[in-house]
Amino acid sequence: MPNRWLPWFKAVAHLACLGPLAWLGWRMYRSATSDPSALGPDPTETVTFFTGFGALRLLVISLAITPIRRLLPKLSWLVRFRRLLGLYAFAWACLHLLTYLWLYAAWSWPAIEDDLARRPYIWAGLTAWALMVPLALTSTAWSIRTLGGKRWNWLHRLVYVSAIAGVLHYWWIVKAGVLAPLQITILLAVLLALRPILSWWKRREGTRTAAAAA
Amino acid sequence: MLIRKPSMIPSSEITPKEVYGNRRKFMAAAAATAGLAALTGERLVHPAVEVAAATKLPTVKSPLSTAGLTPTAYKDITTYNNFYEFGTDKGDPSRNAGHLQTYPWNVKVEGLVAKPQTFSIDELVKLRPQEERVYRFRCVEAWSMVIPWVGYSLSALIQQCQPLSSARYVQFLTLDDPRQMPEMSQVNINWPYSEGLRMDEAMHPLTLLTFGLYGETLPNQDGAPVRIVVPWKYGFKSAKSIVKIRFVAKQPPTTWNEMASNEYGFYSNVNPDVDHPRWSQKTERAIGAPIWKQRQPTLPFNGYGDQVASLYAGMDLKKNY
Repeated sequence: MPNRWLPWFKAVAHLACLGPLAWLGWRMYRSATSDPSALGPDPTETVTFFTGFGALRLLVISLAITPIRRLLPKLSWLVRFRRLLGLYAFAWACLHLLTYLWLYAAWSWPAIEDDLARRPYIWAGLTAWALMVPLALTSTAWSIRTLGGKRWNWLHRLVYVSAIAGVLHYWWIVKAGVLAPLQITILLAVLLALRPILSWWKRREGTRTAAAAA
Repeated sequence: MLIRKPSMIPSSEITPKEVYGNRRKFMAAAAATAGLAALTGERLVHPAVEVAAATKLPTVKSPLSTAGLTPTAYKDITTYNNFYEFGTDKGDPSRNAGHLQTYPWNVKVEGLVAKPQTFSIDELVKLRPQEERVYRFRCVEAWSMVIPWVGYSLSALIQQCQPLSSARYVQFLTLDDPRQMPEMSQVNINWPYSEGLRMDEAMHPLTLLTFGLYGETLPNQDGAPVRIVVPWKYGFKSAKSIVKIRFVAKQPPTTWNEMASNEYGFYSNVNPDVDHPRWSQKTERAIGAPIWKQRQPTLPFNGYGDQVASLYAGMDLKKNY
């Protein structure tokens, strides 16, 4: 990709990540002013699902970049969008957590404690969010330099655990028999499974080329 | 002759609500002389159009209606539904239920009963005067509505059928037709949808054999043409689009109880003191309310404790959730 296109692509990525939030904000504003039904029949559920699923979707999209780069080296430049997507996933997850604290727990510590004591899906969601915190904090170039590439890479593998916890969180909240989370689960499973497969393949190719050269 | 399906009728050809409203005023006047025949007349003349346009159901007032409640908007009641035969998203039933053929419709009454028989929907509608019953509706998912149902006490039908003394429970079975309900295969549920009540619960005057809401026949997504409404229990106990009523000696298998018995008990009375294993039942979200006003406390027996608590005297409701 020619470098001069990069700013445009970045602008599109920002719009894609912020646009839906702006739309949600607009609907919230309208529901508070002119049109009470702007957020649908169950506004709490609308905002909760919108922010929660949005965060998970962005996280899974960010996890697609590495396998795509390995499969199609021509698209290697996509890595420049990985941090952006990851940070937006975290921002959406923060809004989702805020939704919970405001609309479900009503800022009441006993209510949160009660949920933590009894509800695994709350733990799964909280884990998914909490694991993203160190990743967001170490997302700067300075952190990579300070930590060293190897250690930074190891730390950022936490994103796999975060995504798995996110999917688990989704399964635990839907009713038994409902298969709505299946699509994103399969997508995540494929993206995670591709990683060892692609590195094994790369290693094999590597030894072959070395053998051919010798 | 080309018989058009509802989906083939352009929306421009569907009579606007105000216009057919006027037609109904005329029909109501006609009904005064023509009697009950006019009640289902529109259905017989235009059965295909019926799916799009509900028919007026004249009602009488009922002392069993809950006073002092503002009903949820018709639009919310008819677009926010759990009816998994038509898909699992709340908006799916209103999108997908249009093709359900609700007329003609028969309900078979069988099992431990002196007079097993099959009722046509017309016979059922006419069995008793239709009453308006405004009830609270509390879903196990912790949202709630207020719905002006139309129907009469199920006990009227039960008395008509004369169950044997060995009949201790009543089972309700929903239509099981993948051709009309293609989304049934999207979920891992053992169809047909089955629900059940203890005989004394079924005989309780609040338990409503329901044919309509907001003074009109039920929209398909709300369980047309006939469903049960049990206002003091979580919504899933109130089976929709019923084709079979079976009197049995033992507690019948019920769909959600079979799916996850730790989450959905046979009784499933609304109870703020017994949480769903995965979420609290202490509060509920009022459908249609602004986001900052949605949360409200959940009442024991959904506010019908004075009428129904005696049914469960001496029972441990934490065990029999």
